[in-house]
Amino acid sequence: MRITCPYCGPRDVAEFTYLGDGTLRRPDPAAPGAAAAFHDYVYLRDNPAGRHTELWYHAGGCRSWLRAVRDTRTHAFESVALATDSVPSEQAQ
Amino acid sequence: MRFSVLSLAREALTGHRGWTPTWRDAAPRDAYDVVIIGGGGHGLATAYYLAKEFGIRNVAVLEKGWIGGGNVGRNTTIIRSNYLLPGNEPFYEQAMKLWEGLEQDFNYNAMVSQRGVLNLYHSDAQRDAYARRGNAMRLNGVDSELLDRDGVRAMAPFLTFDDARFPIQGGLLQRRGGTARHDAVAWGYARGASDRGVDIVQHCEVTGFLREAGRVVGVETTRGTIRAGKIGMAVAGHSSRVAGMAGLRLPIESHVLQAFVSEGIKPLIPGVITFGAGHFYISQSDKGGLVFGGDIDGYNSYAQRGNLAVVEDVCEGGMALMPMIGRLRLLRSWGGIMDMSMDGSPIIDRTPVDGLYLNAGWCYGGFKATPASGFCFAHLLARDEPHPVAAAFRLDRFASGHLIDEKGAGAQPNLH
Amino acid sequence: MSHASQAAPLARDADGAGESRPRAGQPARLASGGLVDRTSTLHFTFDGRSLAGHPGDTLASALIANGVRLVGRSFKYHRPRGIFTAGPEEPNALVEIGTGARRTPNTKATTVELFDGLQAVSQNRWPSLRVDALAINQLGGPFLAAGFYYKTFMWPAAFWEKVYEPLIRRAAGLGGASGLPDPDLYEKSHAFCDVLVIGSGPAGLAAALAAGRAGARVILCEDDFALGGKLLAERREIDGRPGAHWARAAEAELAAMPEVTILRRCQVFGTYDDGVYGALERVADHVAAPRPGQPRQRLWRIVARACVNAMGAVERSIAFGGNDRPGVMTASAVRTYVNRFGVAPGRAVAVFTATDDGWRTAADLAAAGIGVAAVIDPRSGVAPALRASVGGARVLTGARVCDVRGGADGVRALEILHDGRRERIVADTLAVSGGWNPQVALATHKGAKPRWSEALQSFVPDAMPQGMRVAGAANGEMTLAACLAAGAARGEEAAAACGFTAAPAPAPRADDEPCGLVALWHVAESRSKAFVDLQNDVTAADVDLAHREGFRSVEHLKRYTTLGMATDQGKTSNVLGHAMMAALTAGGTDTVDMGRVGTTMARPPHLPVAIGAFAGHHRGKHFKPTRLSAAQVWAEGAGATFVETGLWLRAQWYPRPGETDWLASVSREVRTVREAVGFCDVSTLGKIDIQGADAGAFLDRVYVNTVSTLPVGKARYGLMLREDGFALDDGTTARLGPEHYLMSTTTANAARVMQHLEFCHQVLWPDLDVAMVSVTEQWSQFSVAGPRARDVMARLFGASDVSDASLPYMGCRATRLGGAPARVFRLSFSGELAYEIAVPARFGAALAEALAEAVAAHGGCPYGTEALGVMRIEKGHVAGNELNGQTTGRDLGLGRMMSKKKDYVGRVMAERPALVAPERPSLVGVRPVDPSQRLRAGSHFLRLGAEASVGNDEGYLTSVAFSPSLGGWIGLGFLASGPDRLGERIRAYDPVRGGDVVVEVVSPVFIDPEGSRLHG
Repeated sequence: MRITCPYCGPRDVAEFTYLGDGTLRRPDPAAPGAAAAFHDYVYLRDNPAGRHTELWYHAGGCRSWLRAVRDTRTHAFESVALATDSVPSEQAQ
Repeated sequence: MRFSVLSLAREALTGHRGWTPTWRDAAPRDAYDVVIIGGGGHGLATAYYLAKEFGIRNVAVLEKGWIGGGNVGRNTTIIRSNYLLPGNEPFYEQAMKLWEGLEQDFNYNAMVSQRGVLNLYHSDAQRDAYARRGNAMRLNGVDSELLDRDGVRAMAPFLTFDDARFPIQGGLLQRRGGTARHDAVAWGYARGASDRGVDIVQHCEVTGFLREAGRVVGVETTRGTIRAGKIGMAVAGHSSRVAGMAGLRLPIESHVLQAFVSEGIKPLIPGVITFGAGHFYISQSDKGGLVFGGDIDGYNSYAQRGNLAVVEDVCEGGMALMPMIGRLRLLRSWGGIMDMSMDGSPIIDRTPVDGLYLNAGWCYGGFKATPASGFCFAHLLARDEPHPVAAAFRLDRFASGHLIDEKGAGAQPNLH
Repeated sequence: MSHASQAAPLARDADGAGESRPRAGQPARLASGGLVDRTSTLHFTFDGRSLAGHPGDTLASALIANGVRLVGRSFKYHRPRGIFTAGPEEPNALVEIGTGARRTPNTKATTVELFDGLQAVSQNRWPSLRVDALAINQLGGPFLAAGFYYKTFMWPAAFWEKVYEPLIRRAAGLGGASGLPDPDLYEKSHAFCDVLVIGSGPAGLAAALAAGRAGARVILCEDDFALGGKLLAERREIDGRPGAHWARAAEAELAAMPEVTILRRCQVFGTYDDGVYGALERVADHVAAPRPGQPRQRLWRIVARACVNAMGAVERSIAFGGNDRPGVMTASAVRTYVNRFGVAPGRAVAVFTATDDGWRTAADLAAAGIGVAAVIDPRSGVAPALRASVGGARVLTGARVCDVRGGADGVRALEILHDGRRERIVADTLAVSGGWNPQVALATHKGAKPRWSEALQSFVPDAMPQGMRVAGAANGEMTLAACLAAGAARGEEAAAACGFTAAPAPAPRADDEPCGLVALWHVAESRSKAFVDLQNDVTAADVDLAHREGFRSVEHLKRYTTLGMATDQGKTSNVLGHAMMAALTAGGTDTVDMGRVGTTMARPPHLPVAIGAFAGHHRGKHFKPTRLSAAQVWAEGAGATFVETGLWLRAQWYPRPGETDWLASVSREVRTVREAVGFCDVSTLGKIDIQGADAGAFLDRVYVNTVSTLPVGKARYGLMLREDGFALDDGTTARLGPEHYLMSTTTANAARVMQHLEFCHQVLWPDLDVAMVSVTEQWSQFSVAGPRARDVMARLFGASDVSDASLPYMGCRATRLGGAPARVFRLSFSGELAYEIAVPARFGAALAEALAEAVAAHGGCPYGTEALGVMRIEKGHVAGNELNGQTTGRDLGLGRMMSKKKDYVGRVMAERPALVAPERPSLVGVRPVDPSQRLRAGSHFLRLGAEASVGNDEGYLTSVAFSPSLGGWIGLGFLASGPDRLGERIRAYDPVRGGDVVVEVVSPVFIDPEGSRLHG
């Protein structure tokens, strides 16, 4: 598997570490129901078989966090962007 | 047909023409008391114990492909009960006890072989962590031994003791651990369940749930609608997808785990050995192949295949530990879809949806659990209350904080 | 590449001008022909017998040349077996190659390039190949049907593991491993190219030429030691000259292209994501041993923008009685041995063919002057041209072979069914052609399903992995002309996809040969065992039994019968077995829907690959890189003992003459620090430099406590949680300037914390004006601790710099030391008056030397990680054993640090009921009531008098040390409601080491709880 880092170019997956779902947004800790919202944020996942927005960290490169869209059935990457440049959106179906 | 010396001899001398199907390949009926989704090890075991232990025989197991084609047919066949935490250890010991009587119980040779599981340690801190675990096992009445370096050398003199990057200091041994013939476990349960009236329905994929008054009362399938009093999900790897049809989000990610078999060789490795300074574990099958594996690839995947980097990582661990395997060839590989839960431990529980029960989150440790998972899930389905040894596997533990995190890795599945 | 090897020599008499008498010592070597170098003789042994062959031979061809027919025994029945194929699909001819630690079992004789001194031994037989005791299994054949073991060996229950299983294990397996460490080296290489061409048969060569001429960077991988593929084995012409000559010319042209790399003896074994291919180059398997420093094999990871897969096809057998006898071979193998190697597999060869292709074997045999006993074809109508091609040999159409008669030496006669009656035909060899299976593996490794071809009666690739094109026989293009045309076209397309265009070139010319066939899987009239999978001894009856017992899916068939699971991976058997199952499932009708039946999933590796090759040099000390402190050499000189700490090596203690064990050294170091002074290398701790206008605000969000209020020039201890509320790491953060902080982490968590901070910044709070970088390796850092620490510091820096007023406890400052930039921190892990000095790593060794001298002058010594650990336990500081990922801030006794005034990572989830339950095990100290008793970490806590059971488990001991200051063992651990139980006596229970010690629960701070020494 190879990931095209927007900063470094195409690199072997071994340079990256994976975190997981890239659509999650950290809830407002002061809002009512924060405990339930944090439970969902920390533990619940869509885990789709198909397009998956996910976070990778280019640990062996530029140290950028990347937000990628990849198909979990084929492993094919659709897009890779810097996390700072991309906005988390709902899981594309 | 019951297997005995007599039936074997008779068939051998008559060209094996009298053997009948190991299980009935049933067509689905309109309704059952219990429908189990998933004809893998856990689903089949659940049906078997429902029929045998709880007297519930009006049961169907629905399998989208062929039975035993999921993780029960794609694993490294290890059985053990060497867990640390009180939520886990009694459950896995229950599984071990069932393994020990399994063949006599279901009259099928699953080749349970208690050749020992040895976890190596390479530092003082790791030794103490294993001691903590071994002591926890003893407190649960389970066998465990902490070996020093010489004890390990006596068992496995071929390991790298000199010139190692992370020298072996010793190991935690569970002699009752070992391996079983994975496919035969699925077939034996299928046969036992089928003989007791359970319908095993292959090529029947669940496409949705039938709901009435907020309760699930059946499933839509590629072979029609099937009503059920209760529905049990045992579809590890695909739990999120099936639960999603009922509107549930789970604390689970699907990841790929690869495993490997070498060409067959004469007996070389005595039991199961795991490396403590890298991702590598190994045993040798009765056929002679070295069966080994390591870490998950680490990214969400439903592809049932992984990538080269992990193959290399696993073999590096193997060569660091036992360089005698260098010239042996890796023959086959496979990839399974793991239900990686957020604390590394499984879920056997009711769900917020009435009538729907969940058996999920087995990470890469589901095979060894198969008998107890089936037994405890059957208990839950039959009695609507958890079996005592599985009482900690609750779905709401993530909200309450009663996590069962053996590794202390936190809410990140690919670290478990 | 430096290891480019020479092309295999083409024989001088390849055109057939040789003499016509057998060569001495090689009775089956033809007088002429073949691509072996007859001017040179290679000596080798098989089962101790001295034999000879030529360069260009494989072990298999040389064995045939020497008249050896029996080469192995089968897996289950121990039936005598010979050489079945001429390639890596070989199921039978498995041998152990090499001796001692280089013994390599299960090696296919058909793929072993002959070399002088080669030693091969047959396997899976005892006492000898000819007299194999376990051949008795054949008598038990009726009992040993597929899956027999699932039904038996259960009575009595205890016998499985004690009696049956050990017997089975000993009988199973094939070859024997040496059991010795592999003495050879392996290497890994990464390569990048435009077009990867897999296979150098006609299609592969044409593709490589087309892509290479277009200017693309091409890598051509060929598994064989010679380029040409089938061209080496056939009497075919291209552009009016022999195919082998055309191949040689193509190779010469490719070799002259600077952008083309030819990897010979290199098998592409796997297709992975994003154009990554795995390949194995056998660098030195064709010599007795690698040269010093030369790898035995090299693992290639090839990243290709495009790929032309020209893997070719494998001929399959037909299931009929006795089709496993030595002397039964695939028809193409017979042809290969005659044409390429100039050896005669037999003197009276019968051909049983369901394909037009099989007739070419008869024709080539006749042309080589080898007797053709008969050509037997199940089809009634065979083209006259084919009949005419076999030189007057007897032709039987509408006929089939039912049973082969023979013994360990192989075929003696055939029983054929012809015109409704059985007839016996005398032959010593039988060439079988059941059809061709395109090698679909590399095209389907990523999960695509192959498509059933009615014309070919086999599977062909369908959807392709991105960037891959398939050409030639691998794609079901079965004629030479079609292979050449497809290869050239796919090669051009692949180059064009990478932006290279070729000048139009005429495609090489060749004729289309006939390639018709009829589907024939099983001769039902067979009376003896008809094998489907030769190596695993799966018979037609086993397929039948699997069907009867419900194992009908191809995956069930495989798992129940072991079809296709042997070292040949079912290359000659899978399609055969699947088709037979499909026919049974269809109820015996001829219309079999193989497309629906499908085939088992192909997975890497396509061919078995040595485990050592996947590992490369990552073994022994080189398993993982070793991280060394700048003061490593100094510490070695000081006689330190080292310990692995993650990837770091750290000085554990510094033994002195007369000290008998580690405890003596460590205790002396602790005493020295507590009474005088010591210094310790702490460079491995993570150091993260954090800068920016929002750096303080950022740190407030990642630590449970507040950092932003820290004045410049001060440091503060902090605790960091994961978002799930459990402790992640701890350490001190110093404020070096208004917008400049330096965070320290534990050694173990340095990388994880760095990743976490980058996550918090880039993903959670990108708007914060902050930037960070790891400077762990840029700075060397040493702690100087003990009552005389200030004297040592004064010696280095001058008194004013380190006075209590100028550098109070938890103070820090940038300064200079001996002309180098330096940072000084007043931090203490030991509980003593202590400093940490950091200098750029290039000055680390010099600073270590200076410190050694300075502490010695004040009665001090260096101390290692063990003494560091003892002192932190004495002080009740938590470390890795306590920060085990299962503990909360409160568990660690740090609950009061957790701010209620601000948000921070983990705050919300840390409030979950189970995380704040008062009965949670929390940090305490323990001391044995009997001071002479030793404690061990990992012990569990039980109430006195309570039964040793899990219900009474109250916690566990995490860290222990012998405290020289207190004169006994002390420990830290987590005890249920621990802080409320000080003074209580409990058990530290350690059954795995026979320990059971009564301990008293005490405060975790054993020494100087007031902290007066710190401020000294």
